[in-house]
Amino acid sequence: MFLIREARWLAKDVRWLVVESPRIAARHRAGHFVIVRPVENSERIPLTVADADRVGGTITLVVQRVGATTTRLCALERGDSILDVVGPLGKPTEIRNFGHAVLVGGGVGTAVIHPQAIALKQAGNRVSAIIGGRSRDYVILEEELSAVCDAVYPCTDDGSYGYAGLVTGKLAELIGDSAEQVGVVLTAGPVAMMKAVAALTRTPGIPTIASLNPIMVDGTGMCGGCRVMIEGTMMFACVDGPEFDAHKVDFDELNNRLRAYRAQEKASLEHLCRLGLNRSMD
Amino acid sequence: MKPAERMKIPRQSMPEQEAGERARNFQEVNTGLAREAARLEAQRCLRCKNAKCIAGCPVGIDIPAFIEAVAEGDLDKAAAVLYEANALPGITGRVCPQETQCEVRCIRVGKGEPVAIGYLERFVADWARESRKEGGAPPRPTGKNVAVVGGGPAGLTCAGELAKKGHSVTIFEALHKVGGVLVYGIPEFRLPKSIISQEVAGLEALGVRIVCNTVVGQTVTIDELLGAEGFDVVFIANGAGLPVFLGIPGENLLGVYSANEYLTRVNLMGAFSFPACETPVLSSAEAVVVGGGNTAMDAVRTARRLGADPATLVYRRSREEMPARIEEVKHAEQEGVQFQMLANPVEILGDEDGWVRAVRCVRMELGEPDESGRRRPIAVADSEFEVPCQVLIEAVGTRANPVLTQTTPDLATNRWGYIEIDDNHMTSIRGVFAGGDIVRGAATVILAMGDGKQAAEAIDRYLAGKRASMADETA
Ligand SMILES: Cc1cc2nc3c(=O)[nH]c(=O)nc-3n(C[C@H](O)[C@H](O)[C@H](O)COP(=O)(O)OP(=O)(O)OC[C@H]3O[C@@H](n4cnc5c(N)ncnc54)[C@H](O)[C@@H]3O)c2cc1C
Ligand SMILES: Cc1cc2nc3c(=O)[nH]c(=O)nc-3n(C[C@H](O)[C@H](O)[C@H](O)COP(=O)(O)OP(=O)(O)OC[C@H]3O[C@@H](n4cnc5c(N)ncnc54)[C@H](O)[C@@H]3O)c2cc1C
Ligand code: SF4
Ligand code: SF4
Ligand code: FES
Repeated sequence: MFLIREARWLAKDVRWLVVESPRIAARHRAGHFVIVRPVENSERIPLTVADADRVGGTITLVVQRVGATTTRLCALERGDSILDVVGPLGKPTEIRNFGHAVLVGGGVGTAVIHPQAIALKQAGNRVSAIIGGRSRDYVILEEELSAVCDAVYPCTDDGSYGYAGLVTGKLAELIGDSAEQVGVVLTAGPVAMMKAVAALTRTPGIPTIASLNPIMVDGTGMCGGCRVMIEGTMMFACVDGPEFDAHKVDFDELNNRLRAYRAQEKASLEHLCRLGLNRSMD
Repeated sequence: MKPAERMKIPRQSMPEQEAGERARNFQEVNTGLAREAARLEAQRCLRCKNAKCIAGCPVGIDIPAFIEAVAEGDLDKAAAVLYEANALPGITGRVCPQETQCEVRCIRVGKGEPVAIGYLERFVADWARESRKEGGAPPRPTGKNVAVVGGGPAGLTCAGELAKKGHSVTIFEALHKVGGVLVYGIPEFRLPKSIISQEVAGLEALGVRIVCNTVVGQTVTIDELLGAEGFDVVFIANGAGLPVFLGIPGENLLGVYSANEYLTRVNLMGAFSFPACETPVLSSAEAVVVGGGNTAMDAVRTARRLGADPATLVYRRSREEMPARIEEVKHAEQEGVQFQMLANPVEILGDEDGWVRAVRCVRMELGEPDESGRRRPIAVADSEFEVPCQVLIEAVGTRANPVLTQTTPDLATNRWGYIEIDDNHMTSIRGVFAGGDIVRGAATVILAMGDGKQAAEAIDRYLAGKRASMADETA
């Protein structure tokens, strides 16, 4: 059992959970994720480690409520616990001095870029973060990122806050500005967003790393369910990734594979509602 | 009883759930011999002086001795003989390929059918689990700590043997449950999970500590286990679980699975009771499974139980070459599984929406024997045909998982990534031992257990030596 030390809402349907897990906290590096199983009979799902406190022995998870398992997690309060947490999984982000590193996070993907920003800053980079949300309420972690980055650019689709438009619009501006000299772009968020980021950086030849989010089961390389195609080669995102050269990723295929359980996901959520387990959020 | 009388008794058949019935449920197919049938079967054994059957058993069970005890009705003694050589007889009695190990060597094969050693082993183990009390005083603690990496049959066996010798043992398991392939791969209808949980409870009673959710190499390294964590020895038994894909077009279509993923969803995660268990699995009107081993058989029979009609097995050689246990092939056939032998998939075909709709195969014929001694399949020109399916499961083998070895660069591996060991099961790192599939490549439960047992003996010697040398130093 893994005790929740802190729980709060970051935005509508986005929960911040600080979980006791000393072993994972001790070994965590930017780019790592964990797999959690909230209760017996629930699914195993991957979540990025958004922050780690070695001394306190805790890790931070930022969970967006989308289906049954994330609904269960978002219902947790301080003092509750998660049945299983395993990690840190995946390969850590390659951290070195790129000069100017630009991080592009969409929605809950912003949780992925947070530890990257910390590590890149420590490695001597100038770090900019472009973070997007549907509207002002959905822009998360701006304060936390501002504490470590040289510049943070919030963007909203509806223009209610910061840059009005998609994160790629802001990214294009930065790339176009000769004073900026972007050395690397790291991106995490919806597949369509990461695909658009990759398209934007391809022509100017800016190295770009995307953090992929395929469906996973074990997270240890045993099932192959997380397979992604990288320049025609099959890779397992849980052990070979989850970060890959964005210019080599087949995003369309990733998007297609994420649809596999649409019908079942709906049934699962309805089942949960019948059990009355999501009441705490309504 | 005279040998001639023994020879007259026919081999007892295993009672099983009726095929039509069981093809719709996940309960165990074989229901176990009744006491009288077991006694009759035991009387078929000729008590050979130079019993050839023993040499066929990788852990050397004294087969005639345990069978004689069954014939005499002394089940306590039968169990004692079994457990002396084999810690998990309830499991091996069910899943060993007896037809290539113990039973094939039985003297009675020459004149009819062998003694049903596996059925009898299972009978005794099931009786023992219900009725037998573990006796004996607990061993004196040695003060030595052993870490076991992986809770499959190799790790569980090694842990049990070492605990019996008084060492303090901790099993580190990556998943949320121990058992390895026994819990995530082999289905309930062949090996009920309650048997594994009882065996695991037995280990815990012996003092073995089980720590799940720990991927050694990621959560903690071998160096840390031997250093700060204070373990004197590490035994690595992380299996060979990385699934191989065919490498043909269409493998990323929706509805295509590795057998490991399909079986893990159903067995470990309980997807057959979705949505009560929340992990989904795709069911289908038509399913195709590619392969001919136990994994393929488990996958196709699982698909059948999830409602696939037809559930078809596609295998590139002929039925005789299939490596699966004969009983599983027979059961699959009774349950209505269709066999497409001498067929090899060349492409998986999808619909406009990205879902599988069929698999294109080519006919094969058998040529000269290859290195494995099996006749090599060769494609027949212009013989392509399609098998419609909405779910396609590939069960074409596994390889060594690189997670642990990548983070332990000092650990010597061969060119396929399997760990190299010496005659004492020790790896290139002093105090680090290994066994099971991660050393042999995908093999069998009993071989993994045999490794666990032998390694435990070697570890015990190593620890005794360490104690001796420490005594020398202080003297
Ligand atoms: C490496 C990695 C890191 C991630 N980090 C975060 C994070 O920090 N915060 C966060 O909120 N989400 C993160 N995700 C996504 C998160 O895992 C899914 O949102 C979650 O699994 C949905 O589960 P559900 O049961 O609530 O929803 P479901 O109803 O099951 O599914 C909703 C959506 O999630 C996807 N999904 C379903 N099951 C899985 C699964 N087992 N693995 C991955 N995706 C799945 C589906 O394609 C669907 O689009 C990450 C995913 C990966 C692979
Ligand atoms: C579907 C299927 C059916 C089979 N049927 C039969 C049969 O009928 N008869 C038979 O004899 N054999 C059968 N086999 C083969 C047999 O199951 C294996 O040979 C045997 O399980 C190998 O045992 P093992 O202990 O070496 O490894 P495994 O059983 O693979 O166990 C390894 C364990 O280590 C864990 N692990 C992996 N990496 C790490 C890590 N880094 N840190 C911590 N833990 C880790 C895994 O999660 C797993 O629990 C079958 C195999 C499969 C897949
Ligand atoms: S352990 Fe396996 S090989 Fe040995 S006697 Fe039992 S069934 Fe036969
Ligand atoms: S070879 Fe057959 S008949 Fe002889 S002891 Fe073994 S099981 Fe009995
Ligand atoms: S999640 Fe199973 S192999 Fe990656």
